[in-house]
Amino acid sequence: MTSAFLRRLRIVFSAVVLVCFIYIFAEFRTLIQPEYIKYLLYLQFIPSIIKFIDIKSLAAGGFLIVLLLTLVTGRTYCSFLCPLGIGQDVFSRIGGTIRKKFRRFGYKRPHTVVRYSVLVLVIAGTFIWGMYFINLLDPYSIFGRSILFFIKPVILVLNNFLAGILGRFDNYALHHLEIKGYNLMAYAIPAGFFILTGLLSLTKGRLYCNMICPVGTFLGLVSRLSLFRIKADENKCTRCGRCSVVCKSSCIDFLNHEIDVSRCVNCFDCIYSCPDKALSYGFIGNTREEKKSDESRRRFIAGSIMLFLGLSGSGRAQERGIPVPRRESTVKEEKNCPVSPPGAGSISDFNNRCTACGLCISVCPNDVLQPAIMQYGLAGYMQPVMDYHKGFCQYNCTLCTEICPTFALKPLLPEAKKLTQIGKVIFIKDNCIVKTEKTACGACSEACPTKAVFMIPYEGSLVIPETNQEICIGCGHCEFSCPTVPYKAIYVNGNPVHQASKKPDIGKPGVSVPDDFPF
Amino acid sequence: MKRRGFFKTSLGAGIAAGAALSLGRYNRVWASNGTGAKYDLVAVMGGDPDEMFDLGIQELGGMGNFVSKGQRVLIKPNIGWDVTPDLAANTNPLLVKRIIEHCLKAGAREVYIFDHTIDNWINTYRNSGIEKAAKMAGAKVAPANSEKYYHEITIPTAVKLKNAKVHELLLETDVFINVPVLKDHSSTRITCAMKNAMGIVWNRGYWHANNLHQCIADYALFKKKPALNVIDCYNVIAKHGPQGVSKEDVVQMKSQILTTDWVAGDAAAARMLGIAPEKIDYILIAHKMGIGNIKLESLNIKRIKM
Repeated sequence: MTSAFLRRLRIVFSAVVLVCFIYIFAEFRTLIQPEYIKYLLYLQFIPSIIKFIDIKSLAAGGFLIVLLLTLVTGRTYCSFLCPLGIGQDVFSRIGGTIRKKFRRFGYKRPHTVVRYSVLVLVIAGTFIWGMYFINLLDPYSIFGRSILFFIKPVILVLNNFLAGILGRFDNYALHHLEIKGYNLMAYAIPAGFFILTGLLSLTKGRLYCNMICPVGTFLGLVSRLSLFRIKADENKCTRCGRCSVVCKSSCIDFLNHEIDVSRCVNCFDCIYSCPDKALSYGFIGNTREEKKSDESRRRFIAGSIMLFLGLSGSGRAQERGIPVPRRESTVKEEKNCPVSPPGAGSISDFNNRCTACGLCISVCPNDVLQPAIMQYGLAGYMQPVMDYHKGFCQYNCTLCTEICPTFALKPLLPEAKKLTQIGKVIFIKDNCIVKTEKTACGACSEACPTKAVFMIPYEGSLVIPETNQEICIGCGHCEFSCPTVPYKAIYVNGNPVHQASKKPDIGKPGVSVPDDFPF
Repeated sequence: MKRRGFFKTSLGAGIAAGAALSLGRYNRVWASNGTGAKYDLVAVMGGDPDEMFDLGIQELGGMGNFVSKGQRVLIKPNIGWDVTPDLAANTNPLLVKRIIEHCLKAGAREVYIFDHTIDNWINTYRNSGIEKAAKMAGAKVAPANSEKYYHEITIPTAVKLKNAKVHELLLETDVFINVPVLKDHSSTRITCAMKNAMGIVWNRGYWHANNLHQCIADYALFKKKPALNVIDCYNVIAKHGPQGVSKEDVVQMKSQILTTDWVAGDAAAARMLGIAPEKIDYILIAHKMGIGNIKLESLNIKRIKM
């Protein structure tokens, strides 16, 4: 296994994975079937763990496969399956092309304190404060947000350009798509990480993965036990240092023939670069020597694990006391609770499982899912929230519940979704056009899929909305359609815990089939 | 001036203006109303949507009376809601298909279909069955999901809706055929021919916020009027309209109304739902503004039972 075959395999495989991931995050709405997305997401490490904790089934066992893969082969995940890692490789390649002559990676000492501190902070912080650090640092979610916020608009611009040209030739194969941004506050963190990972990979290869990424650090620990590694043949090696120069992880100490397996991401560039074929990837055997430095690391790791176990206990104790997040009264309507997406079950469950990858936001056909700012509180920053000023939840659509990789949104059949009440309608008569303008409107009732909003006689021939909260499912189509500004005359207040709504009123209309023309 | 006198005068002026503005393209259509077709309105009952259309258009002198060789035709069905055809919230796809076939047979160069949907447009086009039916028949199904496709127009004689943005295909095509579906409506009581135009404009919310009935009538003043209205009354949502909640809301009337006058079409459609047309504000307003004739008794109507 010394050939350049491994490197070529890595490049082809990761390119396919990257294209698939960009496609699902930037896809043009409903072109893709959710079942294919599932296969791609199955092996994503953190989402898989969260889903596994929830459903305790091998259907969410992707992370176990990744652990096994790491135990056998090392950090293959980081180069073959992690979209953020692959994306950084692309940047790294670009960086190398720009500064061909000047960039040398070379061996660097590991950022031991930083990387293990981040890992401990993420694990402990998650148990104490909820999903905040996971949301921030899960590599899959960072990638997802980068595509959603920064790459997707570029793709849309290209699409619209092509659609414009085709349109001139009377061809509607492509169509214009509105580029709708999100609340500017939602861009802060995604922008920060896009720039951070972009710049680090442009100049320093995989430094982000080996210094900050908690998944990288954790798999690095596991890979210390891996059976297959990259080895240097001291007899063949001429100490030319080429391998060290191309190593994106800066983990090859060529003078001492040492390769830091905890940082090596199995990109196999070094094997390819070695003119003497001194490097090879293979079974490590029993001859592994223990290094002195391992002792201190082990103590640090053991300590970290103890800390984690201790903190996790206290974290659980606190978890029960977490109140349902309240929306701050900055919004126009008097909503005292945000509306969480269907399948969330309850806002607290949802906040504790969502990694804010943005996939549901990207696939939502109606743009009703928007990244939250402070609606759920700090821990729910960037998680999806229903925004009925941007769109409404399509009655027969269950797309977001089908693709969620963490089960923060649990799959709902359309029939179940149509009876899941995520919020309740509230009508403000004093804002209503029918009362203020004395003209017909009824946009809300027209839009209502269950007729929880219906019209009753008002002055003269006018009719005015009336609501029946029992059959309302909180889809928000009424709020979206209501034409009053700046405050809506009808809106949906979220249910902290989703409820079952009653079935809509079904009965024969009073109109019969005419036997003859009534004119 | 008496109302009838006013009506006659404005209709005459409207015809003259319409003919002049469309640079003669409509001459044949207007001519056909005078000579070719014997009826103001044709109503058919008892068949499938496509069969009923075959009979109805024959009574109006065939599609050749409305579409000339080489013309580009816009067919505007109601494709508002993301539901299946049996729920009747959208125009029957069979009917749309048959109208396209007649247009192409009459020599139309190109037939276009679009609607500014209420639900997500890709899903709505697909699940309504209209996209597939239209493509099979040889029409182009155009997107209407972006403001890019809409252009500013003015309606000088309007009361409320003096400006609007309408889909470019309405302005670019030579013939406009309006193919609404009759439905109960929670606010305006019925939705049919004139209200179908809400799917041609970009900003529907403006209509709702600025006297909905007046805006519906105002839009009907716009110079680009339908050469023909084909009203689908095969499956009719008679309760919980315009969207419907379940199949229980649908009454199978197996009927169809064809007319060049969309006010008369709406009046006849209202009667189908057992409502006096004068009770529906926008029909009455449109009649008073001289857009068409609400008085069905004064029209020459052909009734066909299959």
